[in-house]
Amino acid sequence: MIASHPFQFFLWAIYPYLMLGSFVFGTIIRFAFFHPTVTAKSSELLEKKTLMVGSIMFHVGIIGVFFGHIIGVLIPKAWTDALGISDEFYHHIIAMPAGAFFGILATVGVYILCFRRFHDHRVFHASSTGDLVVIVALTAEITLGMLSSFVAGPINPDFNYRTSLAIWVRQIFMFHPDFRLMLQVPLMFKFHVIFGFMIFGAFPYTRLVHALALPWQYVYRRFIVYRRRPQI
Amino acid sequence: MRIKAQIGMVLNLDKCIGCHTCSVTCKNTWTNRPGAEYMWFNNVETKPGVGYPKRWEDESHYHGGWELNNKGKLQLKAGNKLNKIALGKIFYNPDMPELDDYYEPWTYDYQTLFGPEKKHQPVARAKSQITGEFMDLKNGPNWDDDLAGSPNTFDQDPNMKNIETDIKANFEQAFMMYLPRLCEHCLNAPCVASCPSGAMYKRDEDGIVLVDQERCRGWRFCMTGCPYKKVYFNWRTNKAEKCTFCYPRIEEGMPTVCAETCVGRIRYIGAMLYDADRVAEAAEEPDDTKLYESQLSLFLDPNDPEIIEQARADGISDEMLTAAQNSPIYRMAVTEKIAFPLHPEYRTMPMVWYVPPLSPIMNYFEGRDSINNPEMIFPGIDEMRIPVDYLASLLTGGNTEAIKAALYKLAMMRLYMRARTSGKDFDVEKLGRVDLNERSATSLYRLLAIAKYEDRFVIPTNHKEQVEDGYAEQGSLGYDECQGCTLAPQHSSMFRKAEAGKSTAEIYAETFYGGIWRD
Repeated sequence: MIASHPFQFFLWAIYPYLMLGSFVFGTIIRFAFFHPTVTAKSSELLEKKTLMVGSIMFHVGIIGVFFGHIIGVLIPKAWTDALGISDEFYHHIIAMPAGAFFGILATVGVYILCFRRFHDHRVFHASSTGDLVVIVALTAEITLGMLSSFVAGPINPDFNYRTSLAIWVRQIFMFHPDFRLMLQVPLMFKFHVIFGFMIFGAFPYTRLVHALALPWQYVYRRFIVYRRRPQI
Repeated sequence: MRIKAQIGMVLNLDKCIGCHTCSVTCKNTWTNRPGAEYMWFNNVETKPGVGYPKRWEDESHYHGGWELNNKGKLQLKAGNKLNKIALGKIFYNPDMPELDDYYEPWTYDYQTLFGPEKKHQPVARAKSQITGEFMDLKNGPNWDDDLAGSPNTFDQDPNMKNIETDIKANFEQAFMMYLPRLCEHCLNAPCVASCPSGAMYKRDEDGIVLVDQERCRGWRFCMTGCPYKKVYFNWRTNKAEKCTFCYPRIEEGMPTVCAETCVGRIRYIGAMLYDADRVAEAAEEPDDTKLYESQLSLFLDPNDPEIIEQARADGISDEMLTAAQNSPIYRMAVTEKIAFPLHPEYRTMPMVWYVPPLSPIMNYFEGRDSINNPEMIFPGIDEMRIPVDYLASLLTGGNTEAIKAALYKLAMMRLYMRARTSGKDFDVEKLGRVDLNERSATSLYRLLAIAKYEDRFVIPTNHKEQVEDGYAEQGSLGYDECQGCTLAPQHSSMFRKAEAGKSTAEIYAETFYGGIWRD
């Protein structure tokens, strides 16, 4: 089977690990050796009005979408079945409305941000190549995700990601992915997955790392900080 | 009680001539780097005026500083922690000033000046330092300098809101003053309190507020937290930067660059001891007009044996103690009460203080009957409601009595010295009315008017040699390996020419023409 589908085997059994490895080790290296370069890379100083709409919509949307993926992919169908939640109920009452809500927020947000990055002269000139690539990649990935859920999904009614794609993702984390599960998945989903892993692989080397630098300690720390160096 | 030392500054506004030397030397030292072009760690504003960034004093717009919540406790005006998280302010900071509130930095298209001869005089056009595109200049640093553009910009000054009198009607009689501004190195610094990453801190040994460039994640809450708008965002390194109080110089006992180069000798630097445990309590004084006195109550008498003993126990060096005992800041702020904090109503407990200007008021009376009767100045101060109200709104949170007392004292000192130097009679009993005597009036005169270098700057050296691991401080004090901290990259063309064997004179002739850099 592997011999007859070497490329499929690479895509669904090797490539994800290359990208996840890059994500994990890249993040460690970035934080260990280049940690002063980790910043939110804000361009709010240069342009504010469009950013307000774009950034809030995108961030709220993408965080919702992120947790949506976790719930959808990591919770086995058997668990929801055991709770007596039907497929019908799961898809049409929980997943689709919530996905649509956060998905549309993220999509509109990322389109606004992408437009802003290329259209606003100050923001464009202050952008690095990495910034431009990241915003285009996110726009493409979110578009692919929306097309998968709301176009490719409905036109392939026989396809249920919870019985194929989701199992494969969980297998990746258990280190024995069965690439055959991915062979019958609609093309749009495949692109979304491949592109998504690519973004994870590039994550530590771009501005995206700021998502891992959330300042949790602010919630409990005291207001005024004094620093004293150890004396001899 | 927990005693800490703080290095502070007093600016004698009476003698400020608005020459901007402090701003320029500061800029040449600290902010002539890419991404920092728009920053002025020190700037001089003409007051009344809009300021830099525009209307920075309008905290109903920028939400800087502290306020008291329903329970009377301190809270950042930009919102408490819960509010910031719930409203997603980390994704978009609604209170942050935009570049246009400062100005878009520009350079000139100098190259056109060197083209072939043309019929018309060539003109160098302004070019944005961010986009590189030509731009129409509509705003810039000190656009309203010396009341230029008034009264169009005049009534945009937020301090004017507190003054009922119709300013425009009195424009002919209006007064004008300069306000040099730098980071206040507050005791209750809202920028430090706002920083989500904990990158901003007060140095324990001298209270200087710095941004740890290695820990700064560019969340920008410090910019909005600071009501004086003296924390800036470097759009190139994506980190916050601010006035460092020239800590490398202070550590060596030298004054800051702005103070050292001040041609009017208006700046004083010295040490103060304060009770760190009482800062929050003092800042929670509910009455705005009492905040100035509330801050005064924090400062401790460095000659009190009990205080000295406690200070030693709290790790304050003998050198710092001696400096605090001879501090010109303590003398002007606490003993004589002629210096005031900038906008104490922001509850930040600022540590750059100002001696209110008497000259605009004196000038008003010069040439009137004040020549014959110098005493007219005192009812005159009461009569000059606009300047006094304005100064009170700027320096004491509306406490006009404190401002008047300081102006009386300065005026009395002048009258006394004028009488003495011109050999006229002066009833020295009158000095007692403003808490002066012959000796203190003379020494105050020496401090303010003669302003000897060693009287102005009493700065203890910082014993850096006793820090265990000096290397560990790298990057946490100033700026990280930013491009442009050295001028080498900007002037690399000169180095290349030197390597190619050109002489210094040749390189100079090629790159420096009439005070204009060509590269």
